[in-house]
Amino acid sequence: MTDRTTDRACTVVRPGALTTVQDLGRPGLAHLGVPRSGALDTPAHLLANRLVGNPPDAATLETTLTGCALRAHAPLTAVITGAHCPVTLDGRPAPWGAPFTVPAGAVLDAGPALRGVRAYVALSGGIARPPVLGSRSTDLLSGLGPAPLAPGDVLPLGAPTAPPAPADAVPQPAPPAELVLPLHLGPRDDWLTPDAPHTLATGHYRVSADSNRVGLRTQGPALTRARDGELPSEPMVTGAVQVPPDGLPVVFLADHPTTGGYPVVGVVPERALAAAAQATPGTPLRFVPTHPGR
Amino acid sequence: MNVLPFGERALLVELPTGAHTRALHAELLRRRAAGTLPPVTDIVPAARTVLLDGLADPQALARALPTWDVPPFTPGASGAVEIPVRYDGPDLADVAALWGVPPAEAVHLHATTEFTVAFCGFAPGFAYLTGLPEDRAVPRRATPRTAVPAGSVALAGPYTGVYPGASPGGWQLIGTTDTVLWDPDRDPAALLTPGTRVRFTPVGPAA
Repeated sequence: MTDRTTDRACTVVRPGALTTVQDLGRPGLAHLGVPRSGALDTPAHLLANRLVGNPPDAATLETTLTGCALRAHAPLTAVITGAHCPVTLDGRPAPWGAPFTVPAGAVLDAGPALRGVRAYVALSGGIARPPVLGSRSTDLLSGLGPAPLAPGDVLPLGAPTAPPAPADAVPQPAPPAELVLPLHLGPRDDWLTPDAPHTLATGHYRVSADSNRVGLRTQGPALTRARDGELPSEPMVTGAVQVPPDGLPVVFLADHPTTGGYPVVGVVPERALAAAAQATPGTPLRFVPTHPGR
Repeated sequence: MNVLPFGERALLVELPTGAHTRALHAELLRRRAAGTLPPVTDIVPAARTVLLDGLADPQALARALPTWDVPPFTPGASGAVEIPVRYDGPDLADVAALWGVPPAEAVHLHATTEFTVAFCGFAPGFAYLTGLPEDRAVPRRATPRTAVPAGSVALAGPYTGVYPGASPGGWQLIGTTDTVLWDPDRDPAALLTPGTRVRFTPVGPAA
């Protein structure tokens, strides 16, 4: 008979549209063609870990729009951060944004997002799927790390290392009504016509439904190339805004390719990318371009 | 060299040639090993550029870089990685025709070339190898294949590559290897890293 108190795991009851295991990713391996990956809303991931007493690099679950549900094998502490959503424990209301205890056998359900896109579910001890190249993150571009959650999956949990934080709700930024992204122009803004910064600032872009962990895609006016052809492949950074042949800017997120041949008009600083990760399709989007060193 | 800001924490260094790019990348690795480079998360070479990402003060490094004395690239003292290849790819005849030689001569040309890993990209462990003369560059397939098998040895532009896993791809397939290019559970995971020397050795078809 299994010792229920040491069976630190949970079973996936409802995986939702797309729920992945995420930590802080695989920095430092881009020269091998390995994307950084990791939680898209890093502050929400870090807060979730802090509230259940996990170290910052413990793995959480990142849901997409529809949440997920898990059955605990042993008592554990859980918290939901990021996208606002109804939370239930065996069908009864449970707090969002504050840690609570999940008894053995109980079902924790993080419901569909009311605002935002990605909720983070942290469980005390962290998700203990085997790390790949030092990280448990699912990288959807290159297929590294655990597969997205499926019904019936058993997720092993690590041993808790610290008690949960005091159970006060912590203020979190609301998902943006308008997504405003600072943009440091360059290195390839000269591949576009000189009106590109003005168009990015005033073009009334919207977040496209085709956005994913690789990139935030946009709808709006196409930017015009000042020259034809492709650049020789060059390295990419997270937050780079690439302009593919259709002229619609793509903001590279955590699972972006490490190299690319389309011009990068500018770079969105990392601190602005959490809001980008929480912007639902259709959200108005405005870039605020600045020239570096001016 | 031309040093371009790439957001708040990164620099993109443009070089005039692939050889200059290799040389600067090697110098950056030497300085990082010697502890004389400011802390940096990623040093990523590509065709004509090198990225330095995760810098605390990119502007300071941008000012210093042009003053560096960068010696020419010299391949490492360690021997070349040998990759046995069955030159049986479906595009070998097309490549030979583009080169204006019989297929056997195309195989000989490829197998007697010493390659260097210029950079990695496209997929984990996918290395872009340079070494073929410029006039041996070939276009990509007009229609990319939806599935290229793992271990396919392929050409596109000036580069030779080996597909580490099955994937879609538009490169010209000239052969196949059983060598495992990428295994995340192996240390090192990638067989080919920037700067590595590579030779392809022909082997007969499986009996």
